[in-house]
Amino acid sequence: MNYIQFFAMRPEVSLLCIYLVIFVYDLISTGHLRRMFHPLVCISTLLLTFLTLTDTSTFTLFGGMYESNAAIVFMKAILAFGTFLTVLQANRWLRSANTSYKQGEFYVLLLSTLVGMYFMLSARHFLLLFIGIELASLPMACLVAFDKYRHNSAEAGIKYILSSMFASALMLYGISFLYGTTGTLYFGDMSALITGQPIEIFALVMFFTGIGFKISLVPFHMWTADSYQGAPTTVTAYLSVISKGAAVFTLFIVLLKVFLPMTSEWQMIIYITTIASITLANLMAMKQQFIKRFMAFSSISQAGYIMLAVIGGSTDGMTAMIYYVLVYMVANMAIFAIIESIEWQIRRAVKRDTLNGFYESNPKLTLIMTLALFSLAGIPPFAGFFSKFFVFMSAFGAGFKVLVFIALINTVISLYYYLLIVKAMYIKSAEQKLPAIKSSRYTLVSLAICIAGIILLGICSSVYGTIGNLGNL
Amino acid sequence: MNMLILFIIIPIVMLPALWACRKEAQVRAVMVTGSTLLLLLSAWLTVDFISCRNAGNNDIMLYTASWPWYEKLNIALSVGVDGISVAMLLLTSVIVFTGVFASWRIRPMAKEFFLWYTLLSVGVYGFFVSTDLFTMFMFYETALIPMYLLIGVWGSGKKEYSAMKLTLMLMGGSAFLLMGILGIYFGSGATTMNIHEIAAMNNIPTATQYIFFPLTFIGFGVLGALFPFHTWSPDGHASAPTSVSMLHAGVLMKLGGYGCFRIAMYLMPQAASDLAWIFIILTTISVVYGALSAISQTDLKYINAYSSVSHCGLVLFAILMMTKTACTGAILQMLSHGLMTALFFAIIGMIYGRTHTRDIKQMRGLMKIMPFLAVGYVIAGLANLGLPGFSGFVAEMTVFAGAFEVNDTFHRTVTIIACTSIVITAVYILRVVGRILYGEPENEEHKKLSDATWDERFTIICLVICVAAIGIAPMWVSSLIADGTGNVLANMFP
Repeated sequence: MNYIQFFAMRPEVSLLCIYLVIFVYDLISTGHLRRMFHPLVCISTLLLTFLTLTDTSTFTLFGGMYESNAAIVFMKAILAFGTFLTVLQANRWLRSANTSYKQGEFYVLLLSTLVGMYFMLSARHFLLLFIGIELASLPMACLVAFDKYRHNSAEAGIKYILSSMFASALMLYGISFLYGTTGTLYFGDMSALITGQPIEIFALVMFFTGIGFKISLVPFHMWTADSYQGAPTTVTAYLSVISKGAAVFTLFIVLLKVFLPMTSEWQMIIYITTIASITLANLMAMKQQFIKRFMAFSSISQAGYIMLAVIGGSTDGMTAMIYYVLVYMVANMAIFAIIESIEWQIRRAVKRDTLNGFYESNPKLTLIMTLALFSLAGIPPFAGFFSKFFVFMSAFGAGFKVLVFIALINTVISLYYYLLIVKAMYIKSAEQKLPAIKSSRYTLVSLAICIAGIILLGICSSVYGTIGNLGNL
Repeated sequence: MNMLILFIIIPIVMLPALWACRKEAQVRAVMVTGSTLLLLLSAWLTVDFISCRNAGNNDIMLYTASWPWYEKLNIALSVGVDGISVAMLLLTSVIVFTGVFASWRIRPMAKEFFLWYTLLSVGVYGFFVSTDLFTMFMFYETALIPMYLLIGVWGSGKKEYSAMKLTLMLMGGSAFLLMGILGIYFGSGATTMNIHEIAAMNNIPTATQYIFFPLTFIGFGVLGALFPFHTWSPDGHASAPTSVSMLHAGVLMKLGGYGCFRIAMYLMPQAASDLAWIFIILTTISVVYGALSAISQTDLKYINAYSSVSHCGLVLFAILMMTKTACTGAILQMLSHGLMTALFFAIIGMIYGRTHTRDIKQMRGLMKIMPFLAVGYVIAGLANLGLPGFSGFVAEMTVFAGAFEVNDTFHRTVTIIACTSIVITAVYILRVVGRILYGEPENEEHKKLSDATWDERFTIICLVICVAAIGIAPMWVSSLIADGTGNVLANMFP
């Protein structure tokens, strides 16, 4: 065996090195070194982003089990950057009494999920894919239950792990059928042997269910609201953006690489789940009082919009999807950073009413929150408008006109509930005003990055251009 | 350097400048400087445009320029103006300029108010100078969303309800519009987003046009207060603060008419001429129903809001006639109605700021208490009902003359029906004037009130001058507009 191959997987290898360094550092550091722990992790995740980007060539390893190309590398870099933002925002929470002693565990678990996602993206073999997905899910359950002394967090962890395992089992069941009909687990060989017989359609449905759970599409979304609400806010942010982004990308790859002969079948499945996700999540989101729960439903509906890019299965669609994930990441991270800051100060869950009169005490945070919400709702000139437009354009170009129309009507509904928060912050007056919120310096850095992203990602067309030039999968 | 791009750059530069301001005086200084620059720029543009035309430059669009933006998707930031856009830019500049003075004493949070106000004007200017479907749509939506906060935070009455209703209805309209834009782009072969190139190709299949023309027309029509999608308008106007009402009724609603003409009809001429009858009926209802509703209102702002529905309906009515005279009249009506309504809303806001009521039953004899405002109100009213010498007369005259040119029973009948709105307008204007301005003051509190302050007088005088100027010397502006409408119609029906 040629061991040099391992070193060709530069993103994974650098990630593992960082992982080991952090693991050892956690064991040996005391006193002053301990205080440097968090900055060290921040810098190394940022470094990871750049290391990931260094090698954009196309190659396959291990007889075609592993593939890397420019698009995959770019997506990995987005995930790494999102992890960087997450770590930045986790600063204060990690130093609090209940978590400071397991600070290192948080980083290690976080990076384990990232390793899993890296393998999910690069896998060209169902075994590797499944290992990647499991590696991304199991530590995630620990992260969700990280505040184990809080009843909510533990409950959320249990919910996550049970539904996650159930979804994995279904997916594995589907994969076994595929193996049974084609006799191979390699993506490339499989697509040549797939004929679209009923048993393969069954396998497709099972696979889709498993991955749909990770993306939290309706009707596989049941865990989302509870887990999002119970998990520590930083973990929620990670769960809603990074984990989802990786899953969508993986789905896109598998649909194109494996299920290409069954395009009309999976398009129909996505068609229905997209409409269901967008519509149901929008209707549910209107009723929510707790902001984190609200963001859970908002993220389900955003997942539906991302699926509009997947459904066409075109290169344009892939560009639109990566761009959408990036834009969605900065907006969502900004909102969660603000929620985290507020929760930290007031020591209870943030409801919509809590935000009443937020403007008077915190004009700057309110403005950032407003811009982020507008970006999520797709209001120009913020980045969300562009990403939504491109997603619609790719689905429309692929001929799904009615679907686009339904999604467009839903953007109006989503605007309604995003505006409810804006209304609470600007217009409603509070009986009990929030104090001036002090964010930690790390959170402020992450907010600055997010707000720059919200404003510039759309106006600077070069970002989209870069993604568009990455080439096909 | 292209002159038109300045219309976008100046307000964008104003945004950080406003954000950096610490005192109210600085905010006002930034606003006055910026809006004056824009006013001068648009005046210069008008003069330069007319002299270019006189020099024999007959291109459809002048000052064209294009910067590629999202090249893969054929999106570019293309600008260019014809007579119609020049007139609209002039109108916008006048309203933005006077709006600053009308909200001179806005409280609280003057800085934030002007931030959103300026963002709104970025959208409006950008919309009028762009010639690219994507950028037009982007600027269109940019202009809509600040309305939510401007009405919700600084408005009066049931402001939260109105702001939400207005935003959602307009955004619903823009969902239709986005459908239409995608339909046009893909229908024309997905090679360009530039509206003139699409119009020149003229290759959208008729079946596609039949689907996407109504979507686009309704999308813009919502903003142009097309019946039955006009219900946001009265509530929105009534709750909005003065300068926002001015900008909204004066300029924003014109985006609707402009878009219907420039995008829906220009790019899909076949469907436009086949399906026009449906929309002609709807707009006729708008015109008459708006005017009749105004009669039964007792709130000054509601009266004016319904009057706007009627007058904006007339704009859409006229462009659907598709004759050069009628279309020129439509754009003239947009210009004239923009100025008159701004004047009206400005004065109503000033009266409301003093009496704290807009109910006409509770006011009487204001002529003796605040003569300046009262005279301004009378002038606005007379201009609104189409008295010769003011812009309203010129515009309505052209519209009806143009509409009557279409020689068949259906068009003649609807024209005659629409004409009745002139009489109805006279009824509701004169009734209010007689009720609140004349007679003896009844309310003791009202007798202590003062007349207009300097900034209010300045606003009113500026607008009155504009209204009268168009009324007395209409030819320069009407030939300016006719140049644009002629080109559009010639392209639609070669």
